[in-house]
Amino acid sequence: MPAVSKGDGMRGLAVFISDIRNCKSKEAEIKRINKELANIRSKFKGDKALDGYSKKKYVCKLLFIFLLGHDIDFGHMEAVNLLSSNKYTEKQIGYLFISVLVNSNSELIRLINNAIKNDLSSRNPTFMCLALHCIANVGSREMAEAFAGEIPRILVAGDTMDSVKQSAALCLLRLYKASPDLVLMGEWTSRVVHLLNDQHMGVVTAAISLITCLSSKNPDEFKTCVSLAVSRLSRIVSSASTDLQDYTYYFVPAPWLSCKLLRLLQCYPPPEDGAVKGRLVECLETILNKAQEPPKSKKVQHSNAKNAILFEAISLIIHYDSEPNLLVRACNQLGQFLQHRETNLRYLALESMCTLASSEFSHEAVKTHIETVINALKTERDVSVRQRAADLLYAMCDRSNAKQIVAEMLSYLETADYSIREEMVLKVAILAEKYAVDYSWYVDTILNLIRIAGDYVSEEVWYRVIQIVINRDDVQGYAAKTVFEALQAPACHENMVKVGGYILGEFGNLIAGDPRSSPLVQFNLLHSKFHLCSVPTRALLLSAYIKFINLFPETKATIQEVLRSDSQIRNSDVELQQRAVEYLKLSSIASTDVLATVLEEMPPFPERESSILAKLKKKKGPGAVSVELEDGKERGELNGGGDRGGDAAIAASNASTPSPSADLLGLRSAAPVSGATPSAGSLLVDVFSEAGPAATSAGVNDDGFLSALHAPEASDSPLVEGPGDSDSAPPTAASEDPAPPLPESDELLNKFVCKNNGVLFENQLLQIGIKSEYRQNLGRMYLFYGNKTSVQFVSFNTTVSCPGELQSQLNVQTKTVEPLVEGGAQVQQVINIECLTDFIDAPLLNIKFRYGGALQNISLKLPVTINKFFQPTEMAAADFFQRWKQLSQPQQEAQKIFKASHGMDTEVLKAKLLGLGTALLENVDPNPENYVCAGVIQTKAQQVGCLLRLEPNAQAQPGEQMYRLTLRSSKDTVSQRVCDLLAEQF
Amino acid sequence: MIGGLFIYNHKGEVLISRVYRDDIGRNAVDAFRVNVIHARQQVRSPVTNIARTSFFHVKRSNIWLAAVTKQNVNAAMVFEFLYKMCDVMTAYFGKISEENIKNNFVLIYELLDEILDFGYPQNSETGALKTFITQTGIKSQSKEEQSQITSQVTGQIGWRREGIKYRRNELFLDVLESVNLLMSPQGQVLSAHVSGRVVMKSYLSGMPECKFGMNDKIVIDKQGKGGGATGQSIAIDDCTFHQCVRLSKFDAERSISFIPPDGECELMRYRTTKDIILPFRVIPLVREVGRTKLEVKVVIKSNFKPSLLAQKIEVRIPTPLNTSGVQVICMKGKAKYKASENAIVWKIKRMAGMKESQISAEIELLPTNDKKKWARPPISMNFEVPFAPSGLKVRYLKVFEPKLNYSDHDVIKWVRYIGRSGIYETRC
Repeated sequence: MPAVSKGDGMRGLAVFISDIRNCKSKEAEIKRINKELANIRSKFKGDKALDGYSKKKYVCKLLFIFLLGHDIDFGHMEAVNLLSSNKYTEKQIGYLFISVLVNSNSELIRLINNAIKNDLSSRNPTFMCLALHCIANVGSREMAEAFAGEIPRILVAGDTMDSVKQSAALCLLRLYKASPDLVLMGEWTSRVVHLLNDQHMGVVTAAISLITCLSSKNPDEFKTCVSLAVSRLSRIVSSASTDLQDYTYYFVPAPWLSCKLLRLLQCYPPPEDGAVKGRLVECLETILNKAQEPPKSKKVQHSNAKNAILFEAISLIIHYDSEPNLLVRACNQLGQFLQHRETNLRYLALESMCTLASSEFSHEAVKTHIETVINALKTERDVSVRQRAADLLYAMCDRSNAKQIVAEMLSYLETADYSIREEMVLKVAILAEKYAVDYSWYVDTILNLIRIAGDYVSEEVWYRVIQIVINRDDVQGYAAKTVFEALQAPACHENMVKVGGYILGEFGNLIAGDPRSSPLVQFNLLHSKFHLCSVPTRALLLSAYIKFINLFPETKATIQEVLRSDSQIRNSDVELQQRAVEYLKLSSIASTDVLATVLEEMPPFPERESSILAKLKKKKGPGAVSVELEDGKERGELNGGGDRGGDAAIAASNASTPSPSADLLGLRSAAPVSGATPSAGSLLVDVFSEAGPAATSAGVNDDGFLSALHAPEASDSPLVEGPGDSDSAPPTAASEDPAPPLPESDELLNKFVCKNNGVLFENQLLQIGIKSEYRQNLGRMYLFYGNKTSVQFVSFNTTVSCPGELQSQLNVQTKTVEPLVEGGAQVQQVINIECLTDFIDAPLLNIKFRYGGALQNISLKLPVTINKFFQPTEMAAADFFQRWKQLSQPQQEAQKIFKASHGMDTEVLKAKLLGLGTALLENVDPNPENYVCAGVIQTKAQQVGCLLRLEPNAQAQPGEQMYRLTLRSSKDTVSQRVCDLLAEQF
Repeated sequence: MIGGLFIYNHKGEVLISRVYRDDIGRNAVDAFRVNVIHARQQVRSPVTNIARTSFFHVKRSNIWLAAVTKQNVNAAMVFEFLYKMCDVMTAYFGKISEENIKNNFVLIYELLDEILDFGYPQNSETGALKTFITQTGIKSQSKEEQSQITSQVTGQIGWRREGIKYRRNELFLDVLESVNLLMSPQGQVLSAHVSGRVVMKSYLSGMPECKFGMNDKIVIDKQGKGGGATGQSIAIDDCTFHQCVRLSKFDAERSISFIPPDGECELMRYRTTKDIILPFRVIPLVREVGRTKLEVKVVIKSNFKPSLLAQKIEVRIPTPLNTSGVQVICMKGKAKYKASENAIVWKIKRMAGMKESQISAEIELLPTNDKKKWARPPISMNFEVPFAPSGLKVRYLKVFEPKLNYSDHDVIKWVRYIGRSGIYETRC
């Protein structure tokens, strides 16, 4: 290799560069460059032969001019000529020019490739390195095509110099990244892996980058590298700081190599071989131990190198997630860093802890640092660190510390940076919902949230509050009261007005008894905010007003006056105008009965994944919501609590679902459907269809309320995807006969005693939604069969049969369904039911279809129970007791004493009794704790009067609470059956 | 209104910074340097808008003058002011260069205080300014003189003081025109216009009332009514006058009457587009011989009276970017290939009217791998001729001084016409 002497440093180039640097203006520089270009052009003219030195000099100048930002359109040939020179400097300049300037589609590429090929086979290590560097720098497809076969050979050849091996490994890595299809490792794999054993640390470092990249693509082929990497790592970790000489960096042996080894190991699961694993654990322990040792140097480089290894080790420990001991140690180590004075360290510690928090082994350990983290949230000066602290708080939150964390986050929210507020709000909302022990706390928290950071509370958050309030009967009264109080603040956020309008419209009656919140006061309070609100909120308020008319007839005149005013009925906004006109007409034309039907209380929302969670996920990308692991169980507790909104079948699913982000009230303008599934119907449609003809409620004006009254169209209620309830694995019985009813179908049946709509059944393939309505002795049931897969169901067939004597008691007519159900589609089936006389059993629904060739056969009980044909009867106390006494024969009475399986919440109980179909009679029983109900069961043959009395002993300890249920009816079978049904409900 | 005024050298260092309004901060100084002076692109817009702040700049040799404002000002007014300021500075200390500005910075601040007040342009007449901003140190002025200055500056005729006396009443009138042309290779005029100005230098006693007449078509038509002189009248597209000209009179009678400031002033500026006398015709001939050679032949013809002489003629023939060598032969003058400008520059010192001259060049090209075709920029030309290409003629300039006893005949008057090339290009 010719030496690079100082005298060789091209004088002309130096002069040119200094000329350029001395130019006073841009124009002068351009002039100088033009002159030089003309000079070079005249030199490169074909007729003159240039020596290598001047060629190199001019190519250098061209390169310099190019780097200054000017176009160069000649000189490429000269540069290529330089490649064939034997002088190192000339070759180097030639390669440099080519790497910088030659684009991949140049015609010269063939010549260049040829020159590179010569150099690669030259056995001169410097030339080989130059060629490899050039290939890596250009990295084009053509290069890969030409050399992808050659380089691995150089890499693994025994006689290749170490420096060339390094270059070859990195060059191969680059080609692999650029065009992975061309680099086929196949036969070289094992030899490349064995480079990990190479004597030269540089080669190992280069090779490990290549192996990491390759093994992340096809881990199986490179499996053998794990044991090699572990042994290499243990050799480095256990070596003294002086052992590795050149590769010791500020007393840390080979930090880069260690990090890369640890990262490579993160591509694989923990080693199965006990010895290897033991060795690795030993290594990791050593690394953790070293972190405790006093630093060998005060220099920042020393601690940086040490911490780099430590953090890689910790992320490996987290990745393995199998060594509780190590996880806890890692957590403690990170805990120390939390108070380190280096901001970067604190940031990294918070970030790593976030992932640690999701591991079951270290969750508790992480929780011990809660004070520090809260402190960090409050005092950190860097916003990104605070953000991490918030993330960590979110991740470490569980039932035990939820109240504290939510309170802290709320208080921080008041001073939080604007950039992270929205995310904080979402997190608070989710935590509050997920870990809500009592729902009044939840409502308080969310209302606080709206008060503190109203602007950042997205639609989803307040939709969610309303969904929960509507689904939870026990919290409705409290919510109404709280909202009423919150609205009394002189300035409240528009979101608060929305929540207030909705909740008071639905449940204002619950607090109307108090003179301080009498109907008129409520209305005036809402209306005082009306003029400050935007159009969508006003629309919502108008709907609330019409609901008021239904709830409190005494406000009718006032509200009609408001609706009639020009600012409403002639509003320039067409939506508001239409609402005002329609509501006004509705309130003046419709009789109270119709009004009560149209404006009935909203039915419970179908439970699904919290839309807020979906939003947070979208915001942060996957992985950010690490607490999700626990979602399933938590959710089960939360929503599967047996209330009529809860639906255990769906509750267990936590996969992504179309988020019900459509406006609750069906404002046409705001319906951002963010779901990914095509069947993601908006929540609005859902509300209609689930409500059936009874409650069209506020969305009246959307399609004209009359049509909505009559024809509940088959809406595609969103299907919940993801792992279904584990209990209901798809039955794979291949027989053509109807399968025996599922074991849990009785249980399913019980769920529907007090409600008419919901999801009847769900597994991985199929979801069956149900919607039913009953009038007198007639009933109509809509069944929705949803195909959750992307494959169509063939020969889909459903039959409803009435076993045994049921045949004579119940008349069931079904319409056949289409035999083909497309993937993701939903079909509807209508079933008409006529009750001839009272009955006990339930009709059976059998579904057969072929899914991918396999016959699926499912049998279920249709939730048709005798109580569905109840007609509520209102009566006074005297009346009641008179009838009660009339039904005093022993066989007319059925009585049961049973343990309460759920809490004794007044509102829940009331809702259930109402759901049963009877009228709940207030102020009848001398003991206010007791409930009495009355109703008439309508069958074709006869009408059966039925009286009910439920006596709870609420004072008893939880767990020992008992009920006594007494039923009296004119027919003994009815008493028994209703009593049995009802006993399961409490 | 103008919020501030900055003067930079070629490196972007601030030499003079004067802020008139609070809305302009120091960061505006940097913004202009970064976004305009150090901008990568070759062509810079004279008006740049950065962060709702407008920067208007002119460049004199290596010096940048930038006026800054946050308001929506009349851009023409700002440029007028900047040019005026250049004139004022030139009148005070000669060429505008970094050296001169550094040596006179006290003076410049003094001038800036006077000619701009809270961003509103004030009297920028050099003659008037020189009466109270002097370079020769402070001369203690008597009360009388001071009050005279005040009355003059605030009076009706702010540009001229009273009591000027000359032994010889003399008057110089220069008609300076620049002619712009774009011509197709076939000799078709694609666009042409002349922008001219009449500059007057007067050494007249007292407060003389002057009246200026030229061969303006409207005036001639009004007076002549079929008179023989109509052929020589010109149509002026638009014109502007010095503030001393009584515009009401011009509007009513189209007569130009005024009391001139003492010394030099630009009496009027005008523009014509019709019946322009094109002093030179350029006939290019470019032939590509294969990929590596180009033959260029250019003929220039002078197109004016043989008795007149054009001067400082320079023809600039652009060469392709891959030129590797040039041979030139010309009949007259000197021609040279200037690699730094990518052009052949052909210079002729003098040339009489109705003559023609020729240059031929052989250009060798280097084959490149770039398929881009040479854009063939136009051939441009510079020259100076002793007549007005617009055809403007000064018909009279009458001077009346009712108080002093000298008449129009006693004033010695000089008139000179100079036509220069503006952008004078012919496509090839």
